[in-house]
Amino acid sequence: MNVVTPQIRTAAEQALVDAVDQHLAAVPIAGRVGELRRAAAAAFATHGLPHRRVEEWKYTDLRAILREAPPLAGPLDAASEAEATFKALSVPGAKRILFVNGALARPASDLLALEGGIAALPLDSALAAGEPMADRVGALAPQRYDGPLALNTAFLGEGLVVRVAAHAKIAAPLHIANVFTKDDPATTYGRVVVLVEEGAQVTLVESFQGRDGVAYQTNSALELSVADGAHVDYVRVQEEGDAALHLGTVMLEIGRNAQFHSFTQTSGARASRVSVYGRFSGTHSHAGLRGATLLKGRQHADTTLLLDHAVGHCESRELFKTVLADESHGVFQGKIVVRPDAQKTDGRMMSRALLLGETAEMDNKPELEIFADDVQCGHGATAGELDEDLLFYLKARGIPQKEAEALLVQAFVGEAIEFVEHDALRELLIARAEAWLARRA
Amino acid sequence: MTALLEIRDLKAEVAGRQILNGLSLTVNKGEIHAIMGPNGAGKSTLSYVLAGKPGYEITGGEVLLNGEDLFAMAADERAAKGLFLAFQYPLEIPGVATLTFLRAALNAQRRKRGEEELSSPDLMKRVRELSKKLGIDPDMLRRPLNVGFSGGEKKRNETLQMALLEPLLCVLDETDSGLDIDALKVVANGVNQLRAPERGMIVITHYQRLLDYIVPDVVHVLAAGRIVETGGKDLALQLEATGYAQYQGEAA
Ligand SMILES: Nc1ncnc2c1ncn2[C@@H]1O[C@H](COP(=O)(O)OP(=O)(O)O)[C@@H](O)[C@H]1O
Ligand SMILES: [Mg+2]
Repeated sequence: MNVVTPQIRTAAEQALVDAVDQHLAAVPIAGRVGELRRAAAAAFATHGLPHRRVEEWKYTDLRAILREAPPLAGPLDAASEAEATFKALSVPGAKRILFVNGALARPASDLLALEGGIAALPLDSALAAGEPMADRVGALAPQRYDGPLALNTAFLGEGLVVRVAAHAKIAAPLHIANVFTKDDPATTYGRVVVLVEEGAQVTLVESFQGRDGVAYQTNSALELSVADGAHVDYVRVQEEGDAALHLGTVMLEIGRNAQFHSFTQTSGARASRVSVYGRFSGTHSHAGLRGATLLKGRQHADTTLLLDHAVGHCESRELFKTVLADESHGVFQGKIVVRPDAQKTDGRMMSRALLLGETAEMDNKPELEIFADDVQCGHGATAGELDEDLLFYLKARGIPQKEAEALLVQAFVGEAIEFVEHDALRELLIARAEAWLARRA
Repeated sequence: MTALLEIRDLKAEVAGRQILNGLSLTVNKGEIHAIMGPNGAGKSTLSYVLAGKPGYEITGGEVLLNGEDLFAMAADERAAKGLFLAFQYPLEIPGVATLTFLRAALNAQRRKRGEEELSSPDLMKRVRELSKKLGIDPDMLRRPLNVGFSGGEKKRNETLQMALLEPLLCVLDETDSGLDIDALKVVANGVNQLRAPERGMIVITHYQRLLDYIVPDVVHVLAAGRIVETGGKDLALQLEATGYAQYQGEAA
């Protein structure tokens, strides 16, 4: 957008602008990252929260949704930490790093100092120590203004930097668990910066959970660089509390001959939006971006994806499945951009929604923007109800209605989950989906 | 003695059109009844009405299964009470493994009958035995139900389900369609092994051929939504010679 329409700030926007000012003064950061933070604060003061007249936010009017700006959560107490340790998702065989109410719980976390090829450091100490890794903050940020990301950058402080050394093969998944335990609303900002160096291999898991009935807000951003020849699996589990607002930004850069597979499972929060910015910067790489979203009640979940084939000879596969019960609302926006030089690009994107509730709604917007001529790209979107004939077949074998529905829904999301290669993670995701269905029945 | 199935003057509509026009039929325990008839006579409609498929409106008559009002039960209850329909066109269910489906079906029926669920190893053992008898490749059990199965494999799979669920009344809708002679023998053999004094069967077919392998006690001709003739197994042979032309006029 070239024209900046001056906008009267909402009360929440004003509160955020004031909170940013306080934060900048209270938590000083020097150098390039400090400047980045000031720039983000200034951008937010100018543009504020995105609203429905901003194309990418058409179906998720954040200015209307974010009416309150709860304060930062404040220092961590032992009781919350104990509760979170117990409640956080447990991934078999994983090293877990725990953030409680936005703050790193050091004693409960497996912080790693380049042990067996992987290092995970708190962002604040990395910044203070002038770690070169910390200097990568913001490196993958998109050119265009992104409201939640601007806030995440302006509130920079808590987070993690992870480095996987060249050619290291890390067997244990690294799990970054976020749990919100407070009784009162608060806002958490977390920034995770991951560099997987040449030829390295790792599985990364992020999970988000929190207390039901509390209108807290999570604003999370991940910057993930997959260097040449690296192989990265990324699983994101969003099971926030039922009154929460979840804003996520996932930024990816994929080098040459690299493999990247992600899976996002979303069933939490009153409202959520995840923006994914992916970019191929080297040829002959493969990316598979997939997800399953399970919504009920009046939940709203938006997945918006921008995948930039900046160079040629890369393959991308996107498959997103959304199950919508009751009056829930799902959004999928996906755009594959193929640059003029990105010949031999092979990109395929599919979004499928299953409407279980009569007033449930899905907005599907897959798009291709192709500037090269020798490419193979396709996209599709479907939205439909459960197949009556299949339901009858199951019932004719004695399976009751609810169970028959659950089997078909399970099968529907299963077709996406089956792409997760890590056995324990795949089983975990299937079990979480089953639990969601069982709660519904 | 209560009949296993008693259909009295059954009338049913689909899409506002009357298809079953006062059909009556009684099947006792231990009996095999064949229903033959021209295409479009209402054979599949009868089987769907019995199984409880949505979209069929019962406009007259009644059906009793072991003396109980069939239409008062939902489709899954009918199955738990022992009714089994082998579909003319078995459906494909992507994402549901055959074994998962078999387990869900068997255990749902057992729960409804107040019986204990079958443990996974016991189920596995039982399914493997039955698969072997029916010439079903055990690998097929892990594949999604009927997806990519040949016509013959689908019909074997229906027979496997029937053998596992041990229903009291089996309704086989054109089980022979799409089968070559070898597959037909395997399936017919599977069906014959289910013959039992407490069990009844309705074998629906267009051709007499199937009845060489599954020999019925009674043969009915269904035309224009009614049973128009009933006889012994010779009636099937007679029909093979004369065709259904003589009954076509009944459609009035
Ligand atoms: N869903 C439907 N909608 C409209 N007509 C139907 C439907 N199902 C069956 N019919 C009609 O009912 C009649 C009987 O069909 P069917 O029971 O399938 O016959 P059969 O199995 O004996 O060949 C046919 O004329 C068929 O066109
Ligand atoms: Mg038929």
